[in-house]
Amino acid sequence: MSDITKQSLSELVENIKGKKLSSSEVTKAFVERSEKSKELNAYITEDYANALNKAKKFDEKPNLDLKLPGIPMAVKDLFCTRDLRTTAGSKILNNFVPTYESTVTQNIWNEGAILMGKLNCDEFAMGSSNETSFFGNVQNPIDKNLVPGGSSGGSSSAVAAQLTPITIGTDTGGSIRQPASFTGTVGLKPTYGSCSRYGIVAFASSLDQAGPMAQNVKDCALLQEVISTYDEKDSTSIDFKRNKYSKELTKDIKGKKIGIPKEYRVDGMPKEIEDLWKKGIEYAKDCGAEIIDISLPHTNYALPTYYIVAPAEASSNLARYDGVKYGFRAEGENLIDMYEKTRSEGFGAEVQRRIMIGTYVLSSGYYDAYYLKAQKVRKLIKNDFDDAYKKVDAILTPSTPSSAFKIGEKTNDPVSMYLNDIFTVPVNLAGLPGISIPAGHDAKGYPLGLQIIGKAFDEQNILNIAYAMEEKIDFKNNITDWWIK
Amino acid sequence: MSIDLKTIKHISKLSRISVDEKKAEKLVGDLNSIFDFIEKLNELKTDNVEPLTSVAETTLKLRSDEVKSKNLRDQVIKNSPKENEDYFVVPKVIE
Repeated sequence: MSDITKQSLSELVENIKGKKLSSSEVTKAFVERSEKSKELNAYITEDYANALNKAKKFDEKPNLDLKLPGIPMAVKDLFCTRDLRTTAGSKILNNFVPTYESTVTQNIWNEGAILMGKLNCDEFAMGSSNETSFFGNVQNPIDKNLVPGGSSGGSSSAVAAQLTPITIGTDTGGSIRQPASFTGTVGLKPTYGSCSRYGIVAFASSLDQAGPMAQNVKDCALLQEVISTYDEKDSTSIDFKRNKYSKELTKDIKGKKIGIPKEYRVDGMPKEIEDLWKKGIEYAKDCGAEIIDISLPHTNYALPTYYIVAPAEASSNLARYDGVKYGFRAEGENLIDMYEKTRSEGFGAEVQRRIMIGTYVLSSGYYDAYYLKAQKVRKLIKNDFDDAYKKVDAILTPSTPSSAFKIGEKTNDPVSMYLNDIFTVPVNLAGLPGISIPAGHDAKGYPLGLQIIGKAFDEQNILNIAYAMEEKIDFKNNITDWWIK
Repeated sequence: MSIDLKTIKHISKLSRISVDEKKAEKLVGDLNSIFDFIEKLNELKTDNVEPLTSVAETTLKLRSDEVKSKNLRDQVIKNSPKENEDYFVVPKVIE
């Protein structure tokens, strides 16, 4: 079969279970396509030889009862993988080889999947375009020199370009949903506490969540079912009844109440985003949903709140990179000098900027004015959602305020880069699940996404709405393989 | 409010990140534009609002105090940039 890499995850699983394809055939196809696609720079670390070996072993004794039998998969390089280098896109972890496995990736391997390699991302997941990675820019397969979004930019590029049938990313302020939107793919940020944070390189611990990135909603539901487990090793993991998301997936969303928040009509939003949103509302109505206007009055305060809370937590989390226990070390005249040089040479500009913002807002004399204030506003933002969910079952918004932009276009203006996450950040602050699905194209032919936000722990509902709308939208990604010579 | 060069140098010290003059000047510009954006929060009155410290509305679980993983010394040391069999090595701290 020459078109193996064109198949969705669900098709591949079915074909392997039906013995129409072997894991070796599938793995070989994705490895070969990945090797031909180096220009995308989606991978930081390739592990193809091991992947092919594991596939061969799987085929010798196939366990076809597993959910991901012999399926090859590359993952964001923020997940610790035992014995395979994990860099978080940073020079400071350039030589770091974990001696343990993250819970989320372990769940995936337990269901039979095979690791192909580690995917590029913004350094410590801090970025919206994958341009802060120590390992260079990632190309969006949609067009040359277009960013794939970020921070899970290698993941979105790899799924859209079919270098991996499916992948996982992490989302602190939009890092799954925004790159999914920029590449015409589906990305789910689960409820905070749904997927274990154990073994994920920490950025902002009260916001970080892992989630699936896929070509369609059904694949996304299947991977969510695999990765979402209660885990004692993560003190904020929540023990709730998890659905069999893929089995319970239904397009019947008749009577579901979907809220449209007026505050998401932001100043300067391109008309094509507004039009996409209107179209989305019509699709939802066609599916039998009831549309209700709602208000989330503190929406405009979400980004400023995020840019206090996330850097504050990051400055604390990244204090561990001191050149002593692991990672890069720069030699210094004394201990302090070594710390300062290690961190100055080991971290990139955006990470240093955020550590310094975080340090400042937590420093003596400024804590109340900034950090405490932000935590209070965060409460108001969460209250907005709590109030809205008294009236509606889910909320529909655009995923991003624009389509993908060119590499280099926004690197000199941090605030304009931060504005990319205006529709996704409130969801992280409130700890809610959100999914981005491709819903149309702009005038340049670049994909645009719609976001469906759910109640806490109500992943099934937003997956169902996405599944129903996906059929109506019938989105087709225009990918020409321009990077393959 | 604005952040000056002196403040940047103070924060860099607290952050244990060395900055030269050129980098410090760029940071003054960057941080001021970010804080201008953050100041928007001051439009809101929050005197009677409880701060949100965690969205996970659960209390931390207790566990029994027992060793679950053993003999991790080699694993712990494995990634250290400099080691001397049993220890992490750092520049001399005590004169």
